[in-house]
Amino acid sequence: MSAREDTLARIAQNRPKGDHALPVVPNFAPLVGDDLEAEFGERLKRMGGRIAVPVPGEDPFAAVRERLDGAAVIASAVPEISGNRDLAQVARPQDLADVDVAIVRAVFGVAETGSVLFTQRELQVNAVAYLAQHLVVLLDPADILVNIQAAYRRADFAQAAYAVLHTGPSATADIEGVLIHGAQGVRSLTVILCPRGTTENATA
Amino acid sequence: MTNADQSGLREPAAESDRGQDGRPLQHAEAATQPVAVKAPREAQPRGAKIRGDRPIDQAEAAERFLAAPLHQKAHDARLWDLRSKRDTAAFGIPEWEELRELASQIKTHTLANLDRYLLEFEANAKANGVHVHWAADGADHNRIVHGILKDHGAKTLIKSKSMLTEECGFRHYMAGTGIEVIETDLGERIQQLDNEEPSHVVVPAVHKTRLDVAEVFAKTMGTDPENDDVHYLAESQRMHTRPLILNADAGMTGCNFAIAETGTVVTCTNEGNADLSGNVPKLQIHSIGIEKLIPKIEHLGVFIRLLSRSALGSPITQYTSHFRAPRDGTEMHMVLVDNGRSERLGMEEFWTSLKCIRCGACMNTCPVYRRSGGLSYGATYSGPIGLIIDPTFNKRKYSTLPFSSTMNGSCTNVCPVKINIHEQIFAWRKVLAEEHQIPLLKQGMMKAAGQVLSRPATYRAAIGAADSALKVLPRFAVYNPLNTWGKGREMPDSPRQTFHSWYKQNRMKKDGAR
Ligand code: SF4
Repeated sequence: MSAREDTLARIAQNRPKGDHALPVVPNFAPLVGDDLEAEFGERLKRMGGRIAVPVPGEDPFAAVRERLDGAAVIASAVPEISGNRDLAQVARPQDLADVDVAIVRAVFGVAETGSVLFTQRELQVNAVAYLAQHLVVLLDPADILVNIQAAYRRADFAQAAYAVLHTGPSATADIEGVLIHGAQGVRSLTVILCPRGTTENATA
Repeated sequence: MTNADQSGLREPAAESDRGQDGRPLQHAEAATQPVAVKAPREAQPRGAKIRGDRPIDQAEAAERFLAAPLHQKAHDARLWDLRSKRDTAAFGIPEWEELRELASQIKTHTLANLDRYLLEFEANAKANGVHVHWAADGADHNRIVHGILKDHGAKTLIKSKSMLTEECGFRHYMAGTGIEVIETDLGERIQQLDNEEPSHVVVPAVHKTRLDVAEVFAKTMGTDPENDDVHYLAESQRMHTRPLILNADAGMTGCNFAIAETGTVVTCTNEGNADLSGNVPKLQIHSIGIEKLIPKIEHLGVFIRLLSRSALGSPITQYTSHFRAPRDGTEMHMVLVDNGRSERLGMEEFWTSLKCIRCGACMNTCPVYRRSGGLSYGATYSGPIGLIIDPTFNKRKYSTLPFSSTMNGSCTNVCPVKINIHEQIFAWRKVLAEEHQIPLLKQGMMKAAGQVLSRPATYRAAIGAADSALKVLPRFAVYNPLNTWGKGREMPDSPRQTFHSWYKQNRMKKDGAR
């Protein structure tokens, strides 16, 4: 018998008897207050991320302007700002190794945890969110969901080839518990609260 | 630099990165009491001596760990810190107990219908364009993965941390194939470079101090042996590993949850290395223990809320990644591994151990584990969860492990999927005694102890009041000639407060305040 048939047969024979119905998961009350923007920002900060709320009418990228000015290679996946590395032209993920700053838009945010979701559509090249030194994320405040339960009710997870929740930057505390940002992935993650389709194209 | 106190320990987390508002952060794998004393350097105690199938002498290895006070103290403090953070996180969610119950029931349901869910998973993965393989055991897994790599002419493989591949002895097997395996989780990489197994399911190098790491890195990566700054060490590793990641021919990850309805593999990590492994090379492989199945995406809404809170006390890991289908022009393989799981499903007293989501909470709370280190168990899985699953892999070799417990029940209380760990530890003692894997025990006393343990509520109330299992169980059930922990030392001072009484007290406080 093949491993497959063998395993399936043994499970059929050994599985615990009885009904063991799948429980219905109730809709739990949110852990966060009504001000989702504030709750999201506070939780993101606790997870090592940064939050920026642009002043209306002023440069939406003010919070990361210095970082952008100092960057040699910027990869933008958003219309709000243009970089100098066109993600559509990237043949291999490895070609993004020299990216200093990547800018992407989140599908949604989660207030309970300070997380943002990306799929392959927002990232264009998935690896850019890990190979870049710094990640800048645009998030429409209207796209902030209240909790993780609400997030997993979204269709994105079943549809996307790749979907990922980022909560702050890459981190480790594997050596004596000392917290280090930028273990293997991005060294920083900044979320800019910025409604979709309202910002004029700026140049990096 | 911070001041060291009398014991040679620095202020906790003083060196950690800070948040946007300057406040100290603690969202990754635990804050610590960094070790400051340099000379004379205390050598890292090594793990249990492995002699074929001969029973592991955990006590002997534990003695050596205890004889290294700097290591022992740092280890104990750091894991206790994780345990405390877990308590705070759990307390922050009013529905915590309900979530644990739901998680347990979802797992029961899935395991009771595992054949059906595996077929559903397989069909969906195939429809997504994924190559699905089935491995009977560890050796089978290693052969399959090796075959995939050979087919693609791969010479290097980057991988993220996976207890399953440890269990399969994957790295050891690959050492003889000419294909280089590169661990990319920092802790796991340290262990790989030091030729040591991981000592903890979440924090693989938790038993090492920065001095130990500096020594390993100096030897293997050529870093400055005199520089034990943690930022320097971590950055050196990043710079050293990045080219290996960019040039790798293949990538591999483990799996925290496998979703039947979509064929998705979910990984929960902090470093972003699983995402690099899955998104940079053009060949990706995911190894999946068959017990990792859950029916639907919506169930992640239960498990994701429990996992990192139980493991680290953070609301979620930095990265929760959902791999469903290959990228354009790449290949994706999933290997479903049995390795004794379908057999264990038929063990009436022990099958619920298959619910484990490898959060490590039972290890962090265990007084024996904290004071003897994961490597003293001489097995892939250490701590309380190890005691109850290791004997299913090798009854003789791990026959003494179920005796390395104080039976304080704390593991059961923190387990997010409600495995009755301490009762299973006791049940193993009986099984191993009856099967003469260990010398005959005093059957009558074991029976009496079994009766107490079979009523969890009574047992918890009793040890809560007495603050020690010793007051409730016959002395023999706790200490006996084979209780590797009890030998030569009394019960460790009882944990400051049992979880249940802590929980009740604090819950009441909070409810009252509302
Ligand atoms: S047995 Fe429970 S507490 Fe221990 S690692 Fe598994 S899930 Fe976590």
